[in-house]
Amino acid sequence: MEGVFLGAALFSIFAVILICVFLFAGGLPAIGKIGVFSFLFGTEWSPTDEPASFGIFPMILGSLYVTAGAILIGVSIGVLTAVFMASFCPPRLHKILKPAIDILAGIPSVVYGFFGLVVLVPFVRVYLGGSGSGILTASVLLGIMILPTIIGVAESALRAVPSSYYEGALALGATHERSIFFVVLPAATSGVMAGVVLGIGRAIGETMAVILVAGNQARIPNGILNGARTLTSNIVLEMGYAADLHREALIGTGVVLFVFILIINLSFSYMKRVKR
Amino acid sequence: MTAKINIKNVNLFYTQFQALKKVNLDIEKNEITAFIGPSGCGKSTLLKSLNRMNDLIEGCRIEGEILLDGQNIYGKIDVNALRKRVGMVFQKPNPFPMSIYENVAYGPKTHGIRSKVKLDEIVETSLKNAAIWDELKDRLKKNALSLSGGQQQRLCVARALAVEPEVLLMDEPTSALDPISTAKIEDLVLELKKKYTIVIVTHNMQQATRISDKTAFFLLGEMIEFNETETLFSIPKDKRTEDYITGRFG
Repeated sequence: MEGVFLGAALFSIFAVILICVFLFAGGLPAIGKIGVFSFLFGTEWSPTDEPASFGIFPMILGSLYVTAGAILIGVSIGVLTAVFMASFCPPRLHKILKPAIDILAGIPSVVYGFFGLVVLVPFVRVYLGGSGSGILTASVLLGIMILPTIIGVAESALRAVPSSYYEGALALGATHERSIFFVVLPAATSGVMAGVVLGIGRAIGETMAVILVAGNQARIPNGILNGARTLTSNIVLEMGYAADLHREALIGTGVVLFVFILIINLSFSYMKRVKR
Repeated sequence: MTAKINIKNVNLFYTQFQALKKVNLDIEKNEITAFIGPSGCGKSTLLKSLNRMNDLIEGCRIEGEILLDGQNIYGKIDVNALRKRVGMVFQKPNPFPMSIYENVAYGPKTHGIRSKVKLDEIVETSLKNAAIWDELKDRLKKNALSLSGGQQQRLCVARALAVEPEVLLMDEPTSALDPISTAKIEDLVLELKKKYTIVIVTHNMQQATRISDKTAFFLLGEMIEFNETETLFSIPKDKRTEDYITGRFG
């Protein structure tokens, strides 16, 4: 019987290993052929031209910009929401807020993308100019998408702070707000950061919603209202018709994405360890 | 001599349960007043009502008056200002998870002191007053949680002293500590009474006899007897006090 459990456990490890093998076997040769430097830092992505050029630097930048924007929006709103929910929210409001945020987490990303396309894109186009699709729009949309992750993790981190810290601060004559922001929140920093890192992971890996609102031009982004293409979008947009080296270069893009996610996960577990 | 704190006809309820019954007590300035009694007798409850930490407990209601220098602390007052004047040390040492320096500086910063020079001075004085400066002066930047329990508790005393309170409330401050740390805290308390009015809740009757000037004995929410510590422990007036201090219950 034990073997069944072991088998089940091995299954996921097996999956991870298989994905790694596939990714690296499929992507690394192409990166080698193109040259690591010209692949990672090449600014020209024109896979169908003659001669073709496979520089994914614009997409790396696109992913970084969009993710950074999402973090800026998601973290500031998310952490403040978590503070509110953990320390200020009347229980009756909490009963509404919590499920509402859980629903936010459950909405499929394509629906987010659709919402962005129908609501955010026209809004940005009318009030800020440009086509409406671009880094800003994608950042806002991703910022909303990662809210549930950040709020959920940050709120439980805040709630896990011993009440003795809060009481200690109050007993010194600090106000409720000051006790929360200068004692409880700092005490929860590592937990809050864990939420932020999870949010980054989600933002950088998101594809569907981003494709619909980011513009997707494969060139170095200039300005937050202009379009950008992320690593994930690059793969999805071209995989359908790519062949040969082009196809392998797309898998190589996946390798780069994988390395990013790996770094994020490692820093996540490192942070968890520092907490102890 | 007028008392620092007058507790007048205080009844306290936790929703339906009455935790304090008609308590009357005067706490004198620059004295150590000890509250003793078995668990659940209301001694901690009364202590916490002196700086209104009871406000945090849902369903807690208080009747009667508690006067600090003649002013009712349950009247129209600024609770944060009250807690600055009436500091508190908790049963379990609760330093903030930050550096030793930041722990002590937190209170003064809260009350608007920004100057680094002034803060340095306050941190040093407070740690000295809490008799822990020599142990900690070389590692002020270290995390306070890395200290031993006894050091943490003295750090908490220093933190409380840093806001220059008039009264210091101590809720069984040594119950989580070993005998050596306990002795250090007791010496410290005796030293502190020169400047502060101290109210200490203790489970330990020897501790009350060692350090307090006056002792109040509580039972089931009532204050049974209040007297000079020596008198209370040598010739208790009430049979229940005698039973308790001779160890017949509790």
